[in-house]
Amino acid sequence: MTPLLAAQIGLTLFVFVMLLNSAAAMVYVERKVAALLQQRLGPYLVGPQGLLQPLADIIKLMFKEELRPAAADPLLFTLAPIISATAAFTAFAVVPFGAETRLFGLLDEPLRLQVADVNVAVLVIFAVSSMSVYGIVLAGWSSNSKYSLLGGLRASAQMISYELSYGLALASVIVMASSMSLTEIVNDQAGTWFGVVPRWYVFLQPVGFLVYMTAGIAETNRAPFDFPEAEQELVAGYHTEYSSMSFAMFFLAEYINMVTVSAVATDLFLGGWHGPFLPESLGWIWFLAKVGALLFIYVWIRWTLPRYRYDQLMRFGWKLLLPVAVVNLIVTAAGVLYFGL
Amino acid sequence: MILFYAFGAVAVAASLLVITHRNPIYSVLLLIVSFGALSGLYVLLEAPFVAVVQIIVYAGAIMVLFLFVVMLLNAPHEDAERVPRPHPLRRSGPMRFGAALAVALAVELAWALSRGDGGPGRFTAGAVSSVGAVGRVLFTDYAFPFEVTSVLILVALVGAVLLARRDEPPRAR
Repeated sequence: MTPLLAAQIGLTLFVFVMLLNSAAAMVYVERKVAALLQQRLGPYLVGPQGLLQPLADIIKLMFKEELRPAAADPLLFTLAPIISATAAFTAFAVVPFGAETRLFGLLDEPLRLQVADVNVAVLVIFAVSSMSVYGIVLAGWSSNSKYSLLGGLRASAQMISYELSYGLALASVIVMASSMSLTEIVNDQAGTWFGVVPRWYVFLQPVGFLVYMTAGIAETNRAPFDFPEAEQELVAGYHTEYSSMSFAMFFLAEYINMVTVSAVATDLFLGGWHGPFLPESLGWIWFLAKVGALLFIYVWIRWTLPRYRYDQLMRFGWKLLLPVAVVNLIVTAAGVLYFGL
Repeated sequence: MILFYAFGAVAVAASLLVITHRNPIYSVLLLIVSFGALSGLYVLLEAPFVAVVQIIVYAGAIMVLFLFVVMLLNAPHEDAERVPRPHPLRRSGPMRFGAALAVALAVELAWALSRGDGGPGRFTAGAVSSVGAVGRVLFTDYAFPFEVTSVLILVALVGAVLLARRDEPPRAR
């Protein structure tokens, strides 16, 4: 058990716990920002400024009765939220969130702030997000209820449609960076042009960034693409029949998917942990700031824009977003080939 | 080595359960498990790109569509038949042919296993595993099969849309 191995195990546990905390924090942020956008107060009773509200929510969810419909398929009904939550956590395993650090000289070799350093990190994220479709579709089917089945089918059809644009936006970045490793892509964005403008890919690939964020919002089933979960339409869609901790696991999976999409967008387009005024070893502070900004934009968009109807959603995904993503990829490839970007 | 046996065992067990399980949804899910085990085997063969692409394309996209079809068609459980079944080799027509083919394949498998060296094989072309190498080979040596495959998929797509269309498309008069 070398010190590096102990540090890596510690890092894995740390990332796991922080993802759970981030989901709880997102619950609070969502409710508070929604309230402020709607000119009301939001949670303010539990703790100062309502900061302990997520704790109250979690305690309430834990004490609720765990229900299962009699006609539901027992194995799949229990397995579906597990698949969703597992895929959500696994996707974050290959996301780096800081530069290599020696932990103030305790370690002989530098520790990468990444749970698993894989060459094909970008593809792994894409693969795991394909797997998360199964959690939803199995939840819809195994509940043996019409609302759940419709919601599950709609959600999974939406997710696989937007996966194409998601992958093409990723492909544009891979073409520009000539590497699939997230650490190399981030390190490619260090430094500045003219000393002022940071060398982030968002300035070279604005269309790619927009396509990625749109497809990411649709992948995580968030508004304005959350028709499958729409309260007014389908009761609650695929998680109608779930209660207590299973429902909490779906919620958790959704928030952690949001965090993962924001973190990957930060790594790919916003320069990861590089930023002015701070040394490299404190880069994770910049990372947190950028991910926080993207998550705020997520919540902002949810409570500002109306929801897309399902056929509008599918038409947007196939007829508008996919051609834009393809054209973006072609233009990027041409740029790299002929202009050496 | 132990990982190879683990993944191999999972793949074989899942594939056997696919064809013997009664509930078709479970069959689809077990097929996905078998693809996951195959992907693990690809990683052991030092082809991480192929492993991940297998998960993305096969287990992630194609099997979702399989699952849609099985769910929407609401395929019933296959109950065990009450009628006493004669031995497959004595039944008529396709059953007899299928049974004979299964016996022939089993004999061939036993023969191939008995002829093996006993140790793990070595691959000479182990260099073609990185993404860049696969891409280069795909667009130079295998460019023609690549293009033909895309046309084939397009033909299948058009055929499926045509077959699934209603008999009398409404014509505006």
